[in-house]
Amino acid sequence: MPLYASPEQLMRERSELARKGISRGRSVVVLKYSGGVLFVAENMSATLHKVAEIYDRIGFAAVGRFSEFENLRVAGIRHADLKGYQYDRRDVSARALANAYAATLGSIFTEQLKPFEVEVCLAEVGATADEDQLYRLTFDGGIFDESPFVVMGGQTDPISAKLKDLVDPAHDLATALGTAIEGLRAASPATNGNGAAAEAEQIKLEVAVLDRARPRRAFRRLSGAALEALLPAKAEPVEKPADGEGDSGGDSGKDDAEKK
Amino acid sequence: MDNTSSGSGFSGPGLPSAYFSPASSSFADFLRAASPELLPARRVPAGAAELDAPHGTTIVAVAFARGVLIAGDRRATSGNLIASRDIEKVHVTDEYSAVGIAGTAGLAVEMVRLYAVELAHYEKIEGVSLSLDGKTNKLAGMVKANLEMAMAGLAVVPLFVGYDLEAEDAKHAGRIVSYDAAGGRYEEHAGYASVGSGSLFAKSSLKKLYDPDADVDAAVRTALEALYDAADDDTASGGPDLVRRIFPNVITITAEEGAAVLPAERIGTVVEAVVAGRAERTHHRQS
Repeated sequence: MPLYASPEQLMRERSELARKGISRGRSVVVLKYSGGVLFVAENMSATLHKVAEIYDRIGFAAVGRFSEFENLRVAGIRHADLKGYQYDRRDVSARALANAYAATLGSIFTEQLKPFEVEVCLAEVGATADEDQLYRLTFDGGIFDESPFVVMGGQTDPISAKLKDLVDPAHDLATALGTAIEGLRAASPATNGNGAAAEAEQIKLEVAVLDRARPRRAFRRLSGAALEALLPAKAEPVEKPADGEGDSGGDSGKDDAEKK
Repeated sequence: MDNTSSGSGFSGPGLPSAYFSPASSSFADFLRAASPELLPARRVPAGAAELDAPHGTTIVAVAFARGVLIAGDRRATSGNLIASRDIEKVHVTDEYSAVGIAGTAGLAVEMVRLYAVELAHYEKIEGVSLSLDGKTNKLAGMVKANLEMAMAGLAVVPLFVGYDLEAEDAKHAGRIVSYDAAGGRYEEHAGYASVGSGSLFAKSSLKKLYDPDADVDAAVRTALEALYDAADDDTASGGPDLVRRIFPNVITITAEEGAAVLPAERIGTVVEAVVAGRAERTHHRQS
């Protein structure tokens, strides 16, 4: 380690490290649709989730180093449950949690030896489409209010360019899912860490929604038969993660049964 | 390079280090570390008395074919006065479970609230729900933690019902677990159970009326008959209030619908039938 490094250089190196770590991974797309918010992540694992529930109307998606964003996920759930228990369930908002995340990530970036190589998206679904919110949090403590979509991880530019014209918050779930998959395909496979052939590409997807219409807990994973039913029919075959059984909680299992 | 080991919390802004501790998926444990003042009070009031007798309430649980239900009366008493006519003593705690509580009303409501958050918290962090046995053990732990207060006269005694998704026999997947004030946990195999000051009367009634092959409607009728009998002999349990239309709360749990609160109109219809049946028998005997 050098005897002296200028603060700018330290910051620059940390940013480099974090950016590289995040771009090496796979992409996640979060977008608004008519019924709420849709999360679509490229995820080779069926059990190590990139998308998770935080609270009744709040969902979490992240890219980067798994152990680091797992920590953030657990801390976020604790924050939300504590606030909801101390006050009321309706008093928990994504904005407050996003602020807490931003402060935490900022602290870690400046004070710790190594920044968190993560990027986080928090989504909250409201009673109407106007009240839906998307926040993007960066490794250095930046917080951005985004609409109508967020792209993180891997090569975000080609995906963003594609989605900018395609995403429409008025689309239904099936259309939105098709749009998201198209966006993910737009990333060049060579640099995206997918490692698969360009043509008959098999992308493993982790899909979840925050469904406005559900009475209390809006978060719902889509997998197995329920996911298949929504995928674009004419598209190349897409591998799905393991079906309902391996997924979280009684919720998704029950909903798969309903969807049949 | 681990930024988040529980020893090295960052003192800066943002989420405190307790939020990052890798420890447990238990919300109550997290509360103890982060905000212990939010846990149900642990101080024992001066002059601890003996354990109280069963408390002003009747809660009944009845298992039926492919499900289970729990029902509770609506009265809260304070000495000889009625403190509340429409208190809710049975609550849905998660998608396939519900809890009814006898005992000190304030502590009971707090315990159920904490328990429901505890179950959801575990599910969100771990990604899978607790098993039914895990849920009942957790509740036993919470009752045990209240033992000091119980001995001071502020006991809380729950009755748990749940639908066991992992049961081999779907017809008998509805399970009932009862507790005592010391935190003992007892699986009820008879198919029915009751807790509270009116429980003796309710159990006698259920002993004669219980049918393990009943459908949900018959089981609801059985439970409401038992509550009626309990209220008939116990002043601390409330019977149906036909003037104000206040009826017992009933929660059913089945595989198809999960835990569902029955609407008051439906309960009202059954209660009126129960009352009419009793009136007819009384007048028939007297004439």
